[in-house]
Amino acid sequence: MRNILTIAGRELGAYFATPVAIVFIVIFLLLQGTLTFNLGGFFDRGQADLTPFFNFLPWVFLLLVPAITMRLWAEERRLGTIELLLTLPVTQGQAVIGKFLAAWAFCAIALLLTFPFIITVNLLGRPDNGAILSGYIGALLVAGAFLSVGAAASAATKNQVIAFVLAVAACFVFAVASYPVVTDFLSRNAPVLSDIARRVGVLDRFANFARGLISLRDVIYFASFIGFFLCLNTVLVDARKAS
Amino acid sequence: MANVQATEATGAGAALIEIDGLTKRFGTFTAVDHVSFAVRRGEVLGFLGPNGAGKSTTMKMLAGFMTPTAGTARIAGHDVQRNPVAARRALGFLPEGAPTYPEMTVSGFLRFCARVRGYHGAEMGARVARAAELTQLREVLLQPVETLSKGFKRRVGLAQALLHDPPVLVLDEPTDGLDPNQKHEVRTLIARMAPEKAIVISTHILEEVEAVCTRAIIIARGRVIADATPQALAQRHPSGRLEEVFRQLTLLPEAA
Repeated sequence: MRNILTIAGRELGAYFATPVAIVFIVIFLLLQGTLTFNLGGFFDRGQADLTPFFNFLPWVFLLLVPAITMRLWAEERRLGTIELLLTLPVTQGQAVIGKFLAAWAFCAIALLLTFPFIITVNLLGRPDNGAILSGYIGALLVAGAFLSVGAAASAATKNQVIAFVLAVAACFVFAVASYPVVTDFLSRNAPVLSDIARRVGVLDRFANFARGLISLRDVIYFASFIGFFLCLNTVLVDARKAS
Repeated sequence: MANVQATEATGAGAALIEIDGLTKRFGTFTAVDHVSFAVRRGEVLGFLGPNGAGKSTTMKMLAGFMTPTAGTARIAGHDVQRNPVAARRALGFLPEGAPTYPEMTVSGFLRFCARVRGYHGAEMGARVARAAELTQLREVLLQPVETLSKGFKRRVGLAQALLHDPPVLVLDEPTDGLDPNQKHEVRTLIARMAPEKAIVISTHILEEVEAVCTRAIIIARGRVIADATPQALAQRHPSGRLEEVFRQLTLLPEAA
């Protein structure tokens, strides 16, 4: 556990040692703000809730989260520091989890900085703050799911651009897997897969959280989603580290 | 203590590095071909060979970074594949090119390595200070690694390998990029540490081998083609120069 936290601490420090962190946070807040207030019609709706905010959040994550994860492993391999990291007395699993936690903590910081939205709705009306909290928990889980996909993509290649594009594509597939456009197509062509696709869709799960519904099933879904991709990440690191 | 004296009396320390039939194939290309040797406490082994001979690949397998196709490597008795964490605790490893995290300060980087190695608080500070002292890094401790010259970067990598005072040191080109004074310092440092450790260094500088190594292994095309003291090796050529022997052995592999 100590090793995991040491690695996570170093990794989180690395985000803030370069302009990456500030650029990411500023762009994230700008995008979320513009989308929520303008496209989402935050004020015109006349309702004190964060529905427009949560509607856009997964899409913003879809684009920005792979930008956080693309360097996680690709950069280590490019610099050769992976050889240093993986010959320190840590297991590969600890390194994978440490890096993931650092990226997740970074997303949590970005999410926390959206607090003015909460203040705004509370000033304008009487929102259901329980639903807002549940929405934020869901948002953190969506970020975790996308991060785990992105980290695995980063472990698969030395090239950060490839890692980014792979991650966006994979996250998109998982995001909309349960949407009719996918499931209808699959049920016509491969009925077995359409049932699976309906269950692995990230956005539908998140929609429950945004409505204020936290169910054990959804939490287990996100936990196993993240767990699966962290395992895949470990396998990929082991297979590709020395190539 | 009695143990140390006993081994010294017999003239042979414990074998801290044991490599047995180590082989690495990439597709049809065999980078390392059944390499076997052991390094005892007190020995400094110079690992020589032309570029692409398999030196770094062997060291990567010894450090447990690369998985061998066949064979085993043990550090202080721990199999690097089956018991990797225990093996790495006993190992100080300077990887090829001395990689470090460019955005970290020297101090931050060494403290990170010390923390992963299980040192905290005052002991961590003392370990970092000692390693920085040994490798003469004190003046640059607060500088980001990316602002340093090649020689300093190399020494940061070396400091990281010495933090935990390990019984086994594996150093891939420890003096590459250093100026003559710094080379001399690093060789003195290696010679000073030699009695309590088993050390493997790879190098292209043959005078370095004669200066610090008690034994030299020449590897070419993935195979060990010579294993002797630098003096004995040099005798193999009429000129008595290691350089001539190296050329003779590695340019004409069948002659060995």
